[in-house]
Amino acid sequence: MDFLNAFVALANYVLVPGIAYGSQLALGALGVTLVYGILRFSNFAHGDTMALGAMSAVLITWGFQSLGLGLGVLPTALLALPFAIVITIGLLLGTDRVVYRFYREKKAKPVIFVIVSLGVTFIYNGITRFIIGSDDQNFLDGERFIISARTFKSMTGLDEGLAIKTTQGLTVITAIIVVAVLFWFLNKTRSGKSMRAYSDNEDLALLSGINPERVVMITWIIVACLATTAGVLYGLDKSYKPFTYFQLLLPIFAAAIVGGLGNPVGAIAGGFVIAFSEVTITYAWKKVLGYVMPAGMEPDSLVQLLSTDYKFAVSFVILLIVLLFKPTGLFKGQSV
Amino acid sequence: MNETLRNTGLFVIIAALIILTGFQQSWNAALLIISMGLISSIMALGVNLQWGFAGLFNVGIMGFVALGGLAAVLVGMPPTEGAWTAGGWGILGALAFGAGTIFAATLVMKRMAKGWLRTVVVLVVLVAGFFIFRAVLDPSVAAVEAINPAGTGYLGGLGLPVILAWPVGGLLAAGAAWMIGKTALGLRSDYLAIATLGIAEIIIAILKNEDWLSRGVKNVIGIPRPVPYEINLQNDPLFVERAAQFGFNPVEASTLWVKVLYVALFASVLLILLWLSQRALNSPWGRMLRAIRDNEVAAEAMGKDVTARHLQVFILGSAICGVAGAMMTTLDSQLTPGSYQPLRFTFLVWVMVIVGGSGNNYGAVLGGFLMWYLWVMVEPMGLWLMNLITYGMSDGYWLKDHLIESAAHMRLMTMGAVLLLVLRFSPRGLIPEK
Repeated sequence: MDFLNAFVALANYVLVPGIAYGSQLALGALGVTLVYGILRFSNFAHGDTMALGAMSAVLITWGFQSLGLGLGVLPTALLALPFAIVITIGLLLGTDRVVYRFYREKKAKPVIFVIVSLGVTFIYNGITRFIIGSDDQNFLDGERFIISARTFKSMTGLDEGLAIKTTQGLTVITAIIVVAVLFWFLNKTRSGKSMRAYSDNEDLALLSGINPERVVMITWIIVACLATTAGVLYGLDKSYKPFTYFQLLLPIFAAAIVGGLGNPVGAIAGGFVIAFSEVTITYAWKKVLGYVMPAGMEPDSLVQLLSTDYKFAVSFVILLIVLLFKPTGLFKGQSV
Repeated sequence: MNETLRNTGLFVIIAALIILTGFQQSWNAALLIISMGLISSIMALGVNLQWGFAGLFNVGIMGFVALGGLAAVLVGMPPTEGAWTAGGWGILGALAFGAGTIFAATLVMKRMAKGWLRTVVVLVVLVAGFFIFRAVLDPSVAAVEAINPAGTGYLGGLGLPVILAWPVGGLLAAGAAWMIGKTALGLRSDYLAIATLGIAEIIIAILKNEDWLSRGVKNVIGIPRPVPYEINLQNDPLFVERAAQFGFNPVEASTLWVKVLYVALFASVLLILLWLSQRALNSPWGRMLRAIRDNEVAAEAMGKDVTARHLQVFILGSAICGVAGAMMTTLDSQLTPGSYQPLRFTFLVWVMVIVGGSGNNYGAVLGGFLMWYLWVMVEPMGLWLMNLITYGMSDGYWLKDHLIESAAHMRLMTMGAVLLLVLRFSPRGLIPEK
């Protein structure tokens, strides 16, 4: 019974939040890694693309809510998501046209692209704050829990409860669907194959008649889908606040680098590595250990390795370790 | 038009703008713009060293500036009564032990043969070390933070003259830069950017959360000054008499005089650093750095150690930012960890360097003054613009309220737009590299 309680406590505080957070990071890291693979620069504007995409979803959700449209138990934001994606696609394609294309034609160094993307970051961030302000925004509705801690306790008779929020379930399911569609697209369709070819060897791809501008356009469209979805899921699960997305940049990049920049499978693995390290290191283990340890040896302190304020430090340390020992990442990414 | 004339003209325009502020608003405001302009120029010099000379992309300027601010507290503030005996030594011991653990782990990595045994030993050393570290650290921290939490609750500083904090701030920043440079330099250029982004966030998190060190979000106020206090000047009969001779009343004269002293201090630091940077730029070392920047492979083929030079210049540039950070905290007389924003301390400095002219020290100084001036002016201008746009709308109309409220966010967009426009249409900046 004690072990069961320990497991449920672990699942409730570590596994379920970790999986949800990991899926959100994985979706973010996929976007970063795709831009890196095709356009060959680290896109610092990705966090704020997520913020802008999520903002469009928040505004559309409010519109639907005032019209009385909804999905019943599911959040209305899901209904708004496709529209938000369309807005984000327009935004990214417009940015590419106005900003990035010039440097692509000039064959500028990658570091120039990074600086430019930093400029884009601040413009996006400014637009977001200009429209929606910098405060917390709530756009979650529908059923809050798939299973609440109290129901779980009365169902199983255990002391520990297991709560699964709707948003957490939704995050995981959406992430699985998005990733499945993405991999089908990359591996089976003609456009996907041309993208991979372009990423592997640009010159050969150009020789075989692949249109680079088309590849870039498709990349931005996919990145818009991924960023908006990740942004909306993160906003639903935590809460929507524009500046948190800039701070997400570090774990997202860490995830992409841990997995190997430019490698989609690596990005997903990296997302979960970062998420679970962050959650396990900042979780107070007192409760779980209290069940598992023999009587009399229960810990007195919280057994929290690091306070939650330092969760960035976790991604950062993992990033440093990977850079020191395996700069191409766990799953062979692109050039060092 | 000859080049020197043109560059002098640019500086004269900035001076005229600031003097205009002095006539229109007040001389106090103008002097404040000059002091912050001087500090901004020093930061820009540091970043120019990294980016302009060596092509290194550092997105963590905020962190190095904040470390300089911490130095001002650690050097300038008086030590807290009883804190050292209560837990100060325990904290120092724990930190030394932590450093020893990492050192031991690297020693094991180097000495033992590769294999699973090495991995296990390293992990055991690290995990055991971490728990002992926490066991020593936590009670000491609690003891220090328990001492008069509303007033102090931290270790305090050394009680030395605060000017000494400026070089110390440089040293702290250099230490952090060494750590980052060691790991991220020599890899792809993007990795340095991401690593510096991370270290900046972590340094700010430490300043916000480690109350024993920096009082966290409770802020450290009243850091001693290197210049006299206004109230003392006003009580000094000699000063009052002098002020009267020039036709000032004592209060106004004292505030102006204090600011003039600050400007003089900052200007001398800027001049020294500018002179050093100019010497560096025109030395064989500077030429080597530019050679590496323009063609790494060729420079390496000529026998230049690219990674070592990059590490050197990265540390130097970050140290300069640290010095500027210490100076800024000295000017404010307070350390407020919550006020460090990437936009203000990383991005703005980048815009200064690129607008001024990357690779040119005078350009960095010009950019520092110009962008600081704009930074101060954008907000009132944004508000004015919004008032103009909403002129026709009736009061209380939601769009009008929203637009006027949002004027504060104009800075983000303006700075982003300035950067993108300059990069696109005038990538060499106002005073281009020779």
